[in-house]
Amino acid sequence: MKYKWYEPYLFIAPGTIILLLVFFYPVVRLFRDSLMAPRGNEMVLVGLSNFRYLFSDDVFRMAIANNAKLLLSVPIMVVLALFLAILLFEQIRGWQFYRTTLFLPYLLSITVVGVIFGYMFQYRGVVNTLLQGIGLGTLAKDWLGKSEYALWVVMIVIIWKEVGFGVVLFLARLMSVQEELFEAARLDGANWLQLQWYITIPQLKSVIEFFTVISVFTMLSWVFNYIYVMTNGGPGNATMVTELYIYLMGFRYRMMHIASATSVLLVGITIVFILLQNRILGEEGAYA
Amino acid sequence: MAVKSQVGERATAGESVRLKARRWAWLAFCELVMIISAVVALFPIYFMVVTSFKTQKEYIADRWGLPARITFDNYVAAFAGKAFGQWFLNSTILTVVSVLLVSLCAGLAAYALARMDFIGRRLLGNLNISLMIVPPVVMLVPLFLLMVELKLVNTYASAILIYVGLMMPFSTYLLTNFFKTIPQDIVDAAYMDGCSNLGIFWRIMLPLSGPAFFTLIVVNAMWVWNELLIALVFLQDNALKTLMVGLTVFKSRYNLNIPVTMAGLVVATVPIVALYLASQKSFIRGLTAGAVK
Repeated sequence: MKYKWYEPYLFIAPGTIILLLVFFYPVVRLFRDSLMAPRGNEMVLVGLSNFRYLFSDDVFRMAIANNAKLLLSVPIMVVLALFLAILLFEQIRGWQFYRTTLFLPYLLSITVVGVIFGYMFQYRGVVNTLLQGIGLGTLAKDWLGKSEYALWVVMIVIIWKEVGFGVVLFLARLMSVQEELFEAARLDGANWLQLQWYITIPQLKSVIEFFTVISVFTMLSWVFNYIYVMTNGGPGNATMVTELYIYLMGFRYRMMHIASATSVLLVGITIVFILLQNRILGEEGAYA
Repeated sequence: MAVKSQVGERATAGESVRLKARRWAWLAFCELVMIISAVVALFPIYFMVVTSFKTQKEYIADRWGLPARITFDNYVAAFAGKAFGQWFLNSTILTVVSVLLVSLCAGLAAYALARMDFIGRRLLGNLNISLMIVPPVVMLVPLFLLMVELKLVNTYASAILIYVGLMMPFSTYLLTNFFKTIPQDIVDAAYMDGCSNLGIFWRIMLPLSGPAFFTLIVVNAMWVWNELLIALVFLQDNALKTLMVGLTVFKSRYNLNIPVTMAGLVVATVPIVALYLASQKSFIRGLTAGAVK
């Protein structure tokens, strides 16, 4: 040993103290607060009644349903990113330009993206102008102001912004696949589709899994910015999601105990998805 | 015989022409798809930039054409009234301070995790990884109550502390992996020269980990600059608002003057795009760090 036993602890101390404050204290307090509610000026234990309130609240059910609907965009995003990466890998002219271009949306802040698309999808916005330009003026509508369309528009914006990350990931992995693998398959008379199915997809398995997992967690608990900026949950509660529900309960309606219970549920859902992921993908190598 | 082989040759020649034609058609198809995708990816950005140089009148007359004459009035209007400059400054302060702090804290922790042996090392490493998935929104309410008790709401300190905490897991993970790749011989040699662990960290690990720190700083800086939720809750005072929160205020204030809002968006975007262009390679390496094992 070239150091005293306590030395490692000095190294990890600053970071660990911050982690305790920012992660552990809040999570512990969360579980306690979710079982309490204000009675007069005091907080008292109320058991599971906050959760009962939640499940009887239509707005909360709407939020959960919308998060579930957003999950539908995950397969679309994965397939689209894979398709674009494969086409770019054909070494077409200017592929580097296309790669940078497709990645650009991923760099922009969600706030900026949300404001731009908010204006583009207005009734007098550029989307409707373009529709009129190609003779489809009858389709023009207030996209984010109609509860039938708002969530789907948000979904399109999320795909627009996040798909480029998948393309860059997949392309980077594709470029490290040995050329001989493709050559051998071609010599065996594999056609293009077979080539993708038997070589590309198995070779890309780990990055496809990674991108899928990231996207699932994005749709479950990282869509607040999009919703807050574009629709703020409206019209009505048509685009309410769990995160916005927590924010509104905690900071607008001052029902922090309900917000805490919702957070506990979101932690629970996250854990379920992590377990599912481990189950489906097999235990990944532990931290050594 | 001769005739037969000639026919055969002609057939192969014809086939290769057909193959070439098919290859050409395929490439043309790929190119077409890419052009369409590029237009879709770029159009909103084009729309933002072009609109920011138009007058309100021009925007109403033509939603997406190029302006007849470039005007900078929208940028002047955006910065008028002081608030915008203040927001920009706030975002800069938060980004610089929290990114420097997390680099230091994560660097120290990563050094111990990668290079030292202690009870709880594996546990800390595994916990650290699982923390990467915890959504920040979950901690929002208890953190707010905590900050109220510490009297830190509406101070830079609250947001900085939370940002550092939220960036810690990924930063520690990335640096630990990098530190492990530094040859033990160098470290041993330094021990022989009587260097302390802190000395090794400062004089050997940090200088040798330039690329990893650079990547980390770029990725983290972009994240803090673009963050909305924490800033919204913990920095409500108008003088403390960040640029991202400010933009949402801006949007409602200038709702009828879209070109001014767009100018604000461009100003908020330029630092990020500049940072990206200056560090393209290491940025992508950092983002994909979780995917490669």
